[in-house]
Amino acid sequence: MRYNEKELQALSRQPAEMAAELGMRGPKKGSVLKRRLVKLVVNFLFYFRTDEAEPVGALLLERCRVIREEPGAFSISFIEDPERKYHFECSSEEQCQEWMEALRRASYEFMRRSLIFYRNEIRKVTGKDPLEQFGISEEARFQLSGLQA
Amino acid sequence: MRLSGEAGETQAPGSPPDPAIAAMKLNERSLAFYATCDAPVDNAGFLYKKGGRHAAYHRRWFVLRGNMLFYFEDAASREPVGVIILEGCTVELVEAAEEFAFAVRFAGTRARTYVLAAESQAAMEGWVKALSRASFDYLRLVVRELEQQLAAVRGGGGMALPQPQSLPSAPAPVPALPLPRRPSALPPKENGCAVWSTEATFRPGPEPPPPPPRRRASAPHGPLDVAPFARLHECYGQEIRALRGQWLSSRVQP
Repeated sequence: MRYNEKELQALSRQPAEMAAELGMRGPKKGSVLKRRLVKLVVNFLFYFRTDEAEPVGALLLERCRVIREEPGAFSISFIEDPERKYHFECSSEEQCQEWMEALRRASYEFMRRSLIFYRNEIRKVTGKDPLEQFGISEEARFQLSGLQA
Repeated sequence: MRLSGEAGETQAPGSPPDPAIAAMKLNERSLAFYATCDAPVDNAGFLYKKGGRHAAYHRRWFVLRGNMLFYFEDAASREPVGVIILEGCTVELVEAAEEFAFAVRFAGTRARTYVLAAESQAAMEGWVKALSRASFDYLRLVVRELEQQLAAVRGGGGMALPQPQSLPSAPAPVPALPLPRRPSALPPKENGCAVWSTEATFRPGPEPPPPPPRRRASAPHGPLDVAPFARLHECYGQEIRALRGQWLSSRVQP
């Protein structure tokens, strides 16, 4: 699949929601744990060799599952192949918890659901649609019916 | 500094391909599944895409999902030909030989501009609107704004609201929220489609259990971060699981 790699690289240089050096192991059998600088920017998780400016790779975090592995470690896998896991090892339980929470909230889909939730709550209290001020109240992507999928 | 290769980049004549230059890895298989999953799309339709600066237009089936603009050979294709990641771009109308043309432009010296053309004025306007609001950043701004509005309408007087552009310096009390009435509207604990969960889905019997009484959620341990909703969701999720457990065990007929 073609993609605009330059823009993705530029994105990896943007301010991150979270960045840390973690141990990382790829999903292939026999993968070795490596130190990587891991950086969360919007719904992408970038990983860099610790002394390099360009990322080795990126993971789009849509339809992913973040689960606890052994203490201080978690994995990211994707809905279509839950056994294929990217492993991450943190330096503390606290750090592990922090990353897991951040990654679970990092998808566009989660953000969309949050928006629908808040919109509804505000409507219930005020009787008004808060999206009207943005001019986006009619957009299909923000309707409750979109949650059924 | 490691350079990433790019399709179409030419090597200097006579030099062997540098093994150190490798393309950036991306979870393309997951991307393809995201492109074709069952969830409703944000926009879809045929657009003409200009191949390159002096290339012809190709008619492709475009699907906008989140901040990803996928394009397929046609509407029935199982896998996208490509994707345009829409962070940090501007969308503008352009002067082009093609009617109803517009461009997705990225910043940067060698950044590419994607010239697209719709098949009608209405389609063009729809796409320009949808694409210019497709970024994660935009959505996040709206969500933060709504969070604050909700806090404001629930909190009443005397509650310190976080300023829009800066993080609050001290923990702010979390406004009381009743449990959402529709469990199916709660986002799942994991990212992804709501139907996917290894936990048994909540199946209410003839009478759903009574919701717990309204109470103030306990303040978060740290400053309110950018998504207190998630913490509340976690708290309520635990509460729901506990209640469900109680309710299910109370229904067991020995």
